[in-house]
Amino acid sequence: MSAVMITRKVRKWEKLPGKNTFCCDGRVMMARQKGVFYLTLFLIVGTCSLFFAFECPYLAVHLSPAIPVFAVLLFLFVMAMLLRTSFSDPGVLPRALQEEATFIEMEIEAANGNVPAGQRPPPRIRNVQINNQIVKLKYCYTCKIFRPPRASHCSICDNCVDRFDHHCPWVGNCVGKRNYRYFYLFTMSLSLLTIYIFTFNIVHVVMRSVDKGFLNTLKETPGTVLEVLVCFFTLWSVVGLTGFHTYLISLNQTTNEDIKGSWSGKNRVQNPYSHKNIVKNCCEVLCGPTYPSVLDRRGLMHEDSSVPAASATCTTTTTTTSSSCSSSSSSNPVPQTTKPTAPLIPNEHTPDDAKPSIAASAERSPSPKEEHPPASKVPPLASPETDAETSLAKDKTH
Amino acid sequence: MAETHSLQDMRQQAAVAAKVFIQRDYTNGTVCQFQTKFPSELETRIDKQQFEETVRTLNNLYAEAEKLGSQSYIEGCLACLTAYTVFLCMETHYEKVLKKIAKYIQEQNDKIYTPRGLLLTDPIERGLRVVEVTIFEDRSLTR
Repeated sequence: MSAVMITRKVRKWEKLPGKNTFCCDGRVMMARQKGVFYLTLFLIVGTCSLFFAFECPYLAVHLSPAIPVFAVLLFLFVMAMLLRTSFSDPGVLPRALQEEATFIEMEIEAANGNVPAGQRPPPRIRNVQINNQIVKLKYCYTCKIFRPPRASHCSICDNCVDRFDHHCPWVGNCVGKRNYRYFYLFTMSLSLLTIYIFTFNIVHVVMRSVDKGFLNTLKETPGTVLEVLVCFFTLWSVVGLTGFHTYLISLNQTTNEDIKGSWSGKNRVQNPYSHKNIVKNCCEVLCGPTYPSVLDRRGLMHEDSSVPAASATCTTTTTTTSSSCSSSSSSNPVPQTTKPTAPLIPNEHTPDDAKPSIAASAERSPSPKEEHPPASKVPPLASPETDAETSLAKDKTH
Repeated sequence: MAETHSLQDMRQQAAVAAKVFIQRDYTNGTVCQFQTKFPSELETRIDKQQFEETVRTLNNLYAEAEKLGSQSYIEGCLACLTAYTVFLCMETHYEKVLKKIAKYIQEQNDKIYTPRGLLLTDPIERGLRVVEVTIFEDRSLTR
């Protein structure tokens, strides 16, 4: 009797943990809540449509045909940057597989030594020296990894993101290492587009009012009023945001670091990632290498729906063939012959775990997930993930 | 007589004894570099120099991928001017180097690691976090 193996083509994105939505068979990656993103799209497309419908015919004839042409180019650039920011992988770090998690747990156990019974184990922190500054790497209980420097866990998407900036509901995605420059170019080009439309609305109204009077102008082109309203309110937020991010880029900081106050204050560590040169910082952030996605979304997973026990048919090692092709990796963990000597510390994020969880370490924060700190520098769009350090930093600064 | 072990045979015959994870080295910042410290579990299997040489070469390759030089700036500016549509037809510099790295790892596995019952996993498959070294059971001792 032979085992019947039906291999169903399952792509890796279908099995990825985290709260992301995927479209186009894994090519598009977004957060779950997309309502505000649709609003952004509607506002941009709507306002530009009104501009093309009401202002452009008049201005093309009375001023210059270059005006609508440039508006179209700018609009296309804004849309391209928005979609690029929203649809791309922000730099999500894949969670540790079983063996890696176990290995790290063993290292932590070895580092902590013997903790007397009843005493809380020390927080899981690794100190590394970066450019002669001590930086603390925190352990992520969800992803079971020590987060690389500048990475942070987004509670909305439930992923650790490299060089985490913030989770932006307007673009419906996290902003991280891979899509930060697109986000910045989006805010910059949107600012330009808003200023452009606002200016030409005023010019148009003035020019038409000279001929026909102000009220008649508004009656003829009612779209103008709407456009001016939208542009006026957008201007303040988007231009402010662009300015804020320009400031951050020149210092090579992320929104997350700025809010937490990681590099500010006398006793704090100075930013070890800054080149201390504005031009160099800008070049690195905006023109640096384009990092590839380390999350293999479109790779194929081989799922065998075979009759006998899965252990007989599944191979357990991963191949080292070229990473660009869809290499298969088994979803079953490796049966280790040498069992780890240290007991696994239960993760409070695994509700299936029957073991009682050890009291939360000092790292875990009781504060609500989404907070809007009232600092004046904070842009209205930032929704950083919070942890104890954020609340502590806020207590110190306010 | 030397037996040529193919990766396929390796996987089908040998059982995994342990896995060692070479962690990232952050002393130079967020650039992708791995620690060259020789793990004790590999002492019986491979020469320290050999292993360190492999990791050092990998580090050099990653440094080349992430280098901030005129090439990366030109690529960045050109891409920006075309609204990043140029990447639909062109491969980024980083991707080109990643292919080189994959080939290097394959080559190292074939020549050095597989004959010693070891297997290197390309770090890209682990999110560029670790270099996973799989140690297979030494069948030659049990035969």
